[in-house]
Formats: sequence, structure tokens, C-alpha cells
Amino acid sequence: MEEEVTQLRCFREYHKSELFKDDGVETVTSVEQKKVEGTIQQVLSAYLQNHKIPQPELLRDQHCAYLKRGLRHLSDAYECLDASRPWLCYWILHSLELLDKPVPTSISSDVCQFLARCQCPTGGFAGGPGQQAHLAPTYAAVNALCIIGTEEAYSVIDRQKLLEFLYSVKQPDGSFVMHVGGEVDVRSAYCAASVASLTNIITSTLFAGTPGWIVSCQNWEGGLGGVPGLEAHGGYTFCGMAAMVILGKEDMLDLRTLLRWVASRQMRFEGGFQGRCNKLVDGCYSLWQAGLLPLLHRALYKEGELALSQASWMFEQQALQEYILLCCQNPAGGLLDKPGKSRDFYHTCYCLSGLSVAQHFGGRDVHLELVIGKDDNRLVCYAFSSDRETSGEKLENFSKPVKRDLPPHVCKALFKDNLTGKSHL
Amino acid sequence: MSVEEMVKDIPQLQEQEQDREESEGEPETEYYGDSQSKGGYVFYRDRKEWADLEPVPQDDGPNPVVKIAYSEKFSDVYDYFRALLKNDEKSERAFELTADAIDLNAANYTVWHYRRVLLQALKKDLHEELRYITAIIEDQPKNYQVWHHRRMVVEWLQEPSKELNFIADILSQDAKNYHAWQHRQWVIQEYKLWDGELEYVEQLLEEDVRNNSAWNQRHFVISHTTGYSDPAVLAREVQYSLEQIKKAPHNESAWSYLKGILQDRGLSTYNGLLEQLLEMQSSFSSPYMTAFLVDIYEDLLESASGSQEDTLKKALELCELLATKEDTIRREYWRYVGRSMQSKYGAREEAGEPSLAEPKEKAEDD
Repeated sequence: MEEEVTQLRCFREYHKSELFKDDGVETVTSVEQKKVEGTIQQVLSAYLQNHKIPQPELLRDQHCAYLKRGLRHLSDAYECLDASRPWLCYWILHSLELLDKPVPTSISSDVCQFLARCQCPTGGFAGGPGQQAHLAPTYAAVNALCIIGTEEAYSVIDRQKLLEFLYSVKQPDGSFVMHVGGEVDVRSAYCAASVASLTNIITSTLFAGTPGWIVSCQNWEGGLGGVPGLEAHGGYTFCGMAAMVILGKEDMLDLRTLLRWVASRQMRFEGGFQGRCNKLVDGCYSLWQAGLLPLLHRALYKEGELALSQASWMFEQQALQEYILLCCQNPAGGLLDKPGKSRDFYHTCYCLSGLSVAQHFGGRDVHLELVIGKDDNRLVCYAFSSDRETSGEKLENFSKPVKRDLPPHVCKALFKDNLTGKSHL
Repeated sequence: MSVEEMVKDIPQLQEQEQDREESEGEPETEYYGDSQSKGGYVFYRDRKEWADLEPVPQDDGPNPVVKIAYSEKFSDVYDYFRALLKNDEKSERAFELTADAIDLNAANYTVWHYRRVLLQALKKDLHEELRYITAIIEDQPKNYQVWHHRRMVVEWLQEPSKELNFIADILSQDAKNYHAWQHRQWVIQEYKLWDGELEYVEQLLEEDVRNNSAWNQRHFVISHTTGYSDPAVLAREVQYSLEQIKKAPHNESAWSYLKGILQDRGLSTYNGLLEQLLEMQSSFSSPYMTAFLVDIYEDLLESASGSQEDTLKKALELCELLATKEDTIRREYWRYVGRSMQSKYGAREEAGEPSLAEPKEKAEDD
């Protein structure tokens, strides 16, 4: 029995030594951090009391019920996401995909038709019918349609107009604004790169200057900020790195300082990740931060790095799984930021995505699984690509979107997830 | 049975409960007009001055998905917003309606865009708009659209004079608000308001030496003014960092700043730093100290100065110390760093076979 308890990292004897050390200097940062650690301790000890043999369980049924309902109906609490409805489609569909719960064709078809109503005559997709095109809902809509993956879904996208929309938000310095008359930040480059590569519309000029601009977002900390000069942040770093991978220019970044920065973002006590140095853990960074490690692994491998592990990503996979399973699940379904927070579809999506990353290690020829808790916790593997995405195929012809004859979850090039239209900062 | 227990089995109710819990307690902010005060609110459909306009319901199609259960107020306002948009109406009443629409969903970028079109078309008083956006941001400081709108107004007015104080006020409530810092950097850079910013940063660091945003701002100001090439500046900054480190050795920000300002030059090139840190090790120990020493050793190896074997050995020992004791959460990373250094700087005979086929590590190490 003793052994089983200590199998989980968070229940080991010396885990308490990982608690934050404030050196006797109390500041807002240390007070907040200690509060969170206190809450986590309570959650963990309550869990131990209620479970003689700790075996964390992913509440699949509850999450599925929450997701399936949300795909149809949302309470008025979601009025604040009325300009992000394609996001809701994406977060829910992607979550169901990870849970390996197919969506019935009737609903998929309804999603296709709804997203078609969100498409703008000038190209791109908006946050809802009648709204203006914006790169974030464009990303969400295109990716949602690719998850559905039917002819109907692919045919919704007006590729020609999409290309025009992308050109309309492109800036001379290589960056993109999020919408006409809108703000610039590195999310836009990722949204643009993702949709352009998925629909096979990348031209020789579309991303001119973009890699250089993204590189300028990498700062003294090693991570990337939203625009040059800003603090390194997990969400923006993911977007920047992922965009560079899609554009094939990841070697322009300083991969090693980036690696050091992201590895340092895993919280030694909580096991989850923080978004920025000296800030708090949050379940959504399970994807934005942890998801960088597979990207970096592959990038370094491409560079010829020989010292990479062949068994594990360069973060503590077990600790992250424990954090998500023990601290980020709502018993009624849905996942969340940290204990005490409300569930929402954004956190459901990214906690599950991060859980999948933590469960599956691999690449072209290797696939190793590390599933903490019940075997049924295993999610669909989504961590690494089919190499078809990186081959020249997608650039060859413009006639059809890249169709995946392999299951979508294997074909996805990267963690497609990214920042929402709603600020999470 | 408590309310919580009763709603436990009804997911959607619980969600509403939770969501309401979060949104409760927010005061009704009234900046413009009193049509929003609960007692006297009149739907647009009942206002005679709007009778000429046919509201446009949202076209979600016959089988909607992610259908939000809008309140009556929400639907009413947005039905009329859609009507205005459809007619491209540029009027005072349209302008006023955008405030209602924003109040209901400040993230609706289409409404904000329209409001900006109206601001210009109706030649509205931009100073008044600045007051308006000030209030909105105070209420919802974590929204993208409101900050972007403020930026547009400041740009149109070419008037940054209130910005630094305003942002400081927002930061006094949340010293790490990313949008606030973004806006601050834009204002400073655009209008060359560098003076006094380093002092402001120092004040914030005195309040919370762990405020990483403030450390970033420090780097921002210095790199855009004096730069770090000036030896006097570099020495001052190294000194400052070490002072903060001594006050709180487990403050990661101070360590990463020190590394950040020296890494381009090479950590090992800063005279006496290694010695200073080795001396500090006993009283100011932390995983960050150990990691910094690894970094200095690595830089020494990279620049091929001094005894390679000895330095490598020390570096590898520290990597192992970090992996097994001081920083176990990053065990995989430190193991990689060790292997990488070994393969790069190890003696030729040893470096012949990089350790590719690592066995999967056990969950319990040590």
C-alpha cells in the first residue's frame, strides 16, 4: 500500500520540500504563490483521505456530457464569448477528439453550417454571424472544420477569399493584425500560418518577413512576448514557436534559451505550468508550455542534436498529469485553471491537450506511453506529427485543402491550439 | 441539503451557479446615460425614437450550435446593432447604442470598430472618449479591445500625457497586467517618454522584487536608452541584480535577469563573477545558483578558456545535483544538458558514443 501511495510524485515524502521558499521576504508574488500551494495541499490531502489507493481518474463521462451539451446550448454566462463562437466549437470538438468521442454526423453537419454563417464575404471567419473577420475565430473555424474532416467541412472554406483576408491583415514588417483596424501580436502569425498551411494557400510572399518578426519577439528570458519588448509568456511563446515550425524556420530562434525558459516554467510543487516567471500555475499552460517541448525536441533533432532523450519529453510528464487529474477536474465535468476556479471550455480543451502531450512521447518511429492513474485515462495521441505535414506535399497544388488519410489526431502537425479571442492574460 | 448539493447533479445549473458566483458583486457602472439603471431600462424595441429601424435577429440558422441563451436585454441591443450595421447608419443614436453593446460584451471587436468609425464620422470629442475608455478599462482591465481602443484614441489625439499615470494606476491594482505593460511600452516608445521610467521600475521592484514584468521593463528601458554595452551600466546592473539575489536567493527573476544581461557577451567573460558566486554559494544557495554556475561553466567550455576537463567535470556534477536533488522537476532537462555537454566537450575517446539509447527512467529516482 505504501508503495502505491508513493508512486504518485505528489504524495512522496519529500514533496513538501518543493514548497515555495520566500527567504523571509514577503511580497504579493510570494503570498499568492503560497496561497495556491496551500490550496493544492488541501486538495491532495483530501484526495488521500477519500482514496485508500490513489489512482487518479479522468472523469470521461462527465467531461463528455459537459462538452456535448455545450456544443448545443450555453447559458447566458457565455454572453462574454458571443464574439468567439467558433472558438467554442473548436474547444469542444477538439476536447471530444482527444477523448475519442466522435461527434454524430448530424451535429458535425450543423457545426459546418454554423461556421459557414460565420464566414465573411471578404474572407476569413468572424466570432459570430454578421460580425467582422478576425484571425482568432478564423483559426478556430478552420481547425474545427479540419477536425470534422468531411467533404462538407472542407467545402465550407472559401480558400481564395481566405487568402485575400490574410493579405488584408498582413503588415509591412512581417506581422499581422488580428483584424482590419485591430491589434498586432504574435498570435496572429500563428493563426495565419495554421490556416494557410492547412488549406494549402501559402504563397511565396504571404509570410515574407514573418519569421524575422517572430524572432524579434524572443527576449532576454528566452521565451517570446506578444510583441517585441514584452515579457516572455507561454501563450505567445507557443504561438511564435508553432508558427515558426509551420514556416520551417524554427532554427532562426535561439532554441536552447527557449528550452531553458520553458523547462523553468514547470512548477516544482504543483507540477503544472505557469505562464510567466513568478506567476501562478494554470491548467491551460499544460498545453501552451508543455506543448513546446515536443516542438523543441523535434527542432533540436532536426538541428542534429544527439543528446535528446529517446524516452521522454524534457519536462516532468508524471507531475503534469497528476496536477491535471487531481487539481483541474470539475467533478460535474469540465476542467479548469486551478482548484477554486470555474470550469470552462477553454480550460477543458487545453488541460486535455496538455494531458495528451504528457501521456505520449514519440516521433517518426517511436511511441512511448506514460499513463498516470487508470488506464482508461489515456487520451488520443496528438503530440507528434505525421511527416506528411513537413514534406513538400502541401505546397504543391492549390486545388484542395490538405486532406489527411491518416486519422486526424495523428496527422495534426502540431499542437494547433492557441490563444483565444478572449484575453487570458 | 445545501444548494450546492442540490445542483450537483445538474451540470448546467452548477455551471450557471459557478459562473454567477464569479460575476456577482460587480457594481453597475454608469458612465453614460441612465437608461441602464435597472429600474428604468427600456428595450430599444420599445423606444419610439427607434421605431423607424427594423431590428435584425441573429442568423444562427435552423440548427444552431453553441447557442447562447442571451438575456432579453442582450438580444434586443444586438438586434438593433445589426440593423445599424446593415444600414451603415452613422448617427448619434448609433454611437450611444455602441456603449450599450460594449457594456454587454466588451470583447465584441466588431462593435468597437464601428464605434471608432462613428467617432470619426460624427467628429466626437475625443477627450470625452478618453474619459470613457478610462472607466471601461478600470472595470475590465484584462480585455484586448479596450486597450486597443485607447491606443487609437491616444493616437488620434496625439496626446500621451495621461497615459503613464493611468497605466500606473492600473498596475497598482495588478502589477503584472500584460495589456497594461504592452500599452506602456507602446506609449513610451512612440512618444519617447523614457525619462523617469527606470525610477518607476525601481519603485515597483521595491514593492515586489519578484515582479517579473518590472524586471522585463527594466531591460526594456535600459536596452532602448543607454544599452548594456557601456561598462558602467553593465556593472551597475550586475551589482543591482546581485543585491536583489542576496535579499531573496530564491527569486528566479533576479537570476534570470542577471543571466539575460550577460549571456550575449558570455557569462564567463564578466570579471570575477564566478568567484563571487562561489563565495556566495554557502549563504545564498538555491537551485538558481547551481544552474547559474552550470551556465558559467558551459560558457567557459564554449569559449575554450581554462582547463576543459576540470570545468566539464564540475558542470556535469552540478547537472546531476540539479537532476537528482535540487531541481528534480527538471530532471529530464538537466540530464539532457549534461549529456549535451558531455558529447560536445567530452574527451574524444569518451565522446565517441553519444548516449542515444537511454533506458526509460523509473518513476522513482533515488
